[in-house]
Parts: sequence; structure tokens; C-alpha cells
Amino acid sequence: MLKLLARHLLRISVTLLLGGLLAATLIRFAPGFDTDERQMDSRLSSESVEALRQQRSAQGNVLKFYGAFLSAAVRGDFGQSETLDRPVRELVAERAPVTLKLMAYGLLVGWSLALVFAVSATMARIAAWDVATTAMAGLFLCIPSAVLALAFVFARAPGFIALGLIVFANVFRYWRNLLDKSYAMPHILTARAKGLGTLRILLWHVLPVSGAQLLAVAGVSVSVALGASIPVEALCGIPGIGQLAWQAALARDLSLLVTLTLLVTVVTLLANTTSDLLGQAFRTQRA
Amino acid sequence: MKRIRQIACVVLLAVAVMSLAAELFAPANYATQFRDELPNAGPSKLHWLGTDDLGRDRFSRVLYGTRVSLLLAPTAALLSTLLAAFIGTLAGYRGGAWEKVAMAGADLFLSLPWLFLLLMVRAMLPLNVSAFTSVAVTFLLLGLLGWAASARVVCSGARAIRNSDFVLLARASGVSRVRLLMRHVMPNLKPVLLAQFWISIPIFILSEANLGILGLGVAEPLPSWGSLLRELESFANFSNEYWRLVPLVLLVITVTSFQLILSRDEVTA
Repeated sequence: MLKLLARHLLRISVTLLLGGLLAATLIRFAPGFDTDERQMDSRLSSESVEALRQQRSAQGNVLKFYGAFLSAAVRGDFGQSETLDRPVRELVAERAPVTLKLMAYGLLVGWSLALVFAVSATMARIAAWDVATTAMAGLFLCIPSAVLALAFVFARAPGFIALGLIVFANVFRYWRNLLDKSYAMPHILTARAKGLGTLRILLWHVLPVSGAQLLAVAGVSVSVALGASIPVEALCGIPGIGQLAWQAALARDLSLLVTLTLLVTVVTLLANTTSDLLGQAFRTQRA
Repeated sequence: MKRIRQIACVVLLAVAVMSLAAELFAPANYATQFRDELPNAGPSKLHWLGTDDLGRDRFSRVLYGTRVSLLLAPTAALLSTLLAAFIGTLAGYRGGAWEKVAMAGADLFLSLPWLFLLLMVRAMLPLNVSAFTSVAVTFLLLGLLGWAASARVVCSGARAIRNSDFVLLARASGVSRVRLLMRHVMPNLKPVLLAQFWISIPIFILSEANLGILGLGVAEPLPSWGSLLRELESFANFSNEYWRLVPLVLLVITVTSFQLILSRDEVTA
């Protein structure tokens, strides 16, 4: 288990270092990096303009620029948002709890719906119910998340339900297939032939077999929820990280956007690591 | 299931023909403004789906927008599948360090939530570009950034073929590495690549729609499903203005048809 944890931590570190380098390169070569609009301010003296120019040219080398970005990030300094003129750290601290709350509720709704529908479709074995649940999940999968968010704005319903439906649509088909495969195993057939109750079969025989894989899918769905948080927050007017990322993209506030992207990458990687470790613990306990 | 697939194919074909022959069916160009009539007019004999905020014929814009999305999403899917085929096959076939490096790169891409990655790279590029440049940029981005998931699938397929008996036999017979790859590995990967190409199309259509609604997709006056759906933001009354939902209905039907053509196993692979 410790070996697995160490491997995951190493993977997170390497991914972040590479992701950060990629982000720094993108920022460095983005159009307009070499210019600072403050240079056009007529109130500044020629010395100040020259100082600004030198400050920009000092960031010319990508590796130096990345080194400075990294050492500042280690100290918790993620730079200044150019459009909002506030430290990125402050903005993130202000908005992260909103997104975390939205994600928690959304994932809870999505996972609950997916589990209830997947279990009922697998256990009930009623063709009409199977078709209905698959069609419902398929429909939500075919609607852009931004449209779903807009529908919830018009319905004056909370945005986390829209997020939950997006998660449900993405998770349902995988969970349904996993449960289907588990349910078709010979020992389940024996259990059914012996007359074991549906709930007992589910809790004692089906879920233990597919638990680790179900957890892995749940871990991946965190990334889906993070992605969907952008349209949901932007259109439902929820002041979270997703809305901030959207505003940063529209205003081309690159330092803010890159920091936010790296932050959600950390959350995604941590979610995947947690689901992997839980899955491993599950497997160990079964063995 | 076979019947449903056939219906889905017919629907897709009908939508594709209508959009490709937009010049024949559309009463006006997508950018022509009918200033004599009120903007946001309801359906009439002249404008079947009414007009938009700028007095442009909505039916024409839906047809041309469908063409943009339906032509460019498969193009982006082709680009991402080719990238996935190159990286995945090389990684799976060569194995060892090649596979580790390629899959680490794929993991890096997969760790970044798709929409965040798209927003970040889209924001690096100028926003005030011409409509045609914005179309190219949007779909090029989708194609270049969407290879990772497909590459993983292709890599595992290539690895399985590399370890198969017939490849071992071919290698033992002295078949060169390039010939082995081109004549034995690649043809066997064709079904995997085709499935990945097909899976990518609806994903890219939906991604473009999301970007469009958020104002980061195709620029005006060129229509696409994303920019057409942006109109829904000012949607006030469902029962009185149901015709404004036509682009959404068309998008859902098209994406559903793409999903139905794929079997459940291919979707969850």
C-alpha cells in the first residue's frame, strides 16, 4: 500500500512539474506577452517604462520564467491576476470553497442516481426499465452541459443538480456494465439458484466483486464534474473556480487561468489516487 | 438493435445532406440581415424559424451552422485519431521506454479536465480573430488536444497484437519491423481506430457547443451549433418561442444518432 502511495505521489509530482512547464511555455509564447499595457501610460516616466520593459525581457527565457514561477508557487505566491488586480491565491481561497461545495453536492446527486438506476436495472431485469434508464442517461449525455446549466437557470433550480445529472450520465453506463458483468458470474447464478435475497446478493456477492472498479469510475467522474463546473458556475452565476476560469479565459488573464488549471489538475490527480488506494484496500480486504 | 442503427444512419445522412446542400434549401445567406422586419420575428412563410437578434434568417443559420459542426467535428476527430494512432501504435508496438513516455504524456493530458484545458489553450490565442480563423482554431484545438484517451486504447490494442502468435511467427520468418507494422499490426488496429474516430465526433460536437455558449467558440457571423445555442441565453418563454429550440433538438438528434451507431461495448471500451 505504501509503495502504491509513493508511486502515486511521484506521478502527481512529475505530472505537475511537466504540466507547469507546459503552462509556462504557453504563457511565454502567447501573443502579447512581450508587451505591457502600462508601457503606454503617458503618466509614467521614461525610466519607469524602461524598467517595465526590462522586467518583461528578463522573463524571456522559458526555463528562467518557469523557475521563477515555480519558486514563487512553492512559497504560495501564484502571482497577480491582471484583470482583477488581486493576488491569485486570494481569489482561489475565496472561490474554492464554493466549487468544493458544488462538486460535493453534484457528485452526491450523480453517484446516487447512477447507483440507484444501475443497481435497479441490473437486479430487476425488466427490459422496459433497462431501456428507460439507458435512454435517460443517454439523453443527458447528448445535451451540452452548458445547455443543461441554462435549463436549470430557467427552472430556477439549484446548479448542483445540473452537475449531478452530468455526472450521472457519464457514470451510469460504466457502472451498469460492471454490475451486469458481476451479476453474470457463475457464483451469483449459484446464489440466485439457492434462493438468496436480491439485497443479500447485491451486498455480499455483486458489490465486493466490482467495488474496486466502481470506485475507479467514481474517481474519474471527479474530473468530469470539475470540467462541468465551468458552464454550470458561469451560467448559473455561482462564484466558484469554474466561473473564475471562464472570466479569466474571456479576459485572457493567463497567469490566473494557468494557476486554476494546475489547481484542478491537483484535485483530479488526488481524486484518482484516493479512488485507486480505496480500490486497492478493497481488493486486499477481499483477498 | 440493427434497426435502431439503420434509423440512426438514415437520420445522420438526412441531416448531412440538408446541411451540405444548404444553398439549395436556405432562403438566405447566413449573414444576410433583414432590417425591414423586426429582429427576433416569429416563424413566417419567408422565415420558417423566424429571425434572430440581428434580423438574420434562423433556418438558414441552422443549416449553415449544422454544416460547420458536421464537417469540422469529423475533421477534428480524424486529426485526433491520426495522432492517437501514431502515438498509441508506436508506444504499444515498441513497448518499454517508448510506451512509458507516451502513456505518461497521455496521463498528463487526461489529468487536465477537458474543458479547462480547452479554455486555457483557447485563451492563449487571440479572441478577436476572423470567423474563419476562429472555426479553424476551435476545431484544430479539439483535434490536437483530444488524442490522449484514444491513444491509450490504441496502445493496449497494439500491445496485444505485438504479443500475439501470428506476429511472433511473422517475426521469426524474418519480416522487417516496418513491414510487420504496416502489414500486420496496422490492419488489425483498423476496427479500434474506427471506433475511436466515431466516439470522438459527438464529443467534439458537444465540446464546440459548450465553448460556443461560453463565448469562446466560432466567431460571428459564421454560425455553428455552439453559436446558435448561445441564443438560448436570452430565451424568455419556452411555450411562445419553441422554434428557438430547433438547433438544440437537431444537435441532440445528431449526437444521439452517433451514439446509437456505436454498440454499447464500443462506447464503454
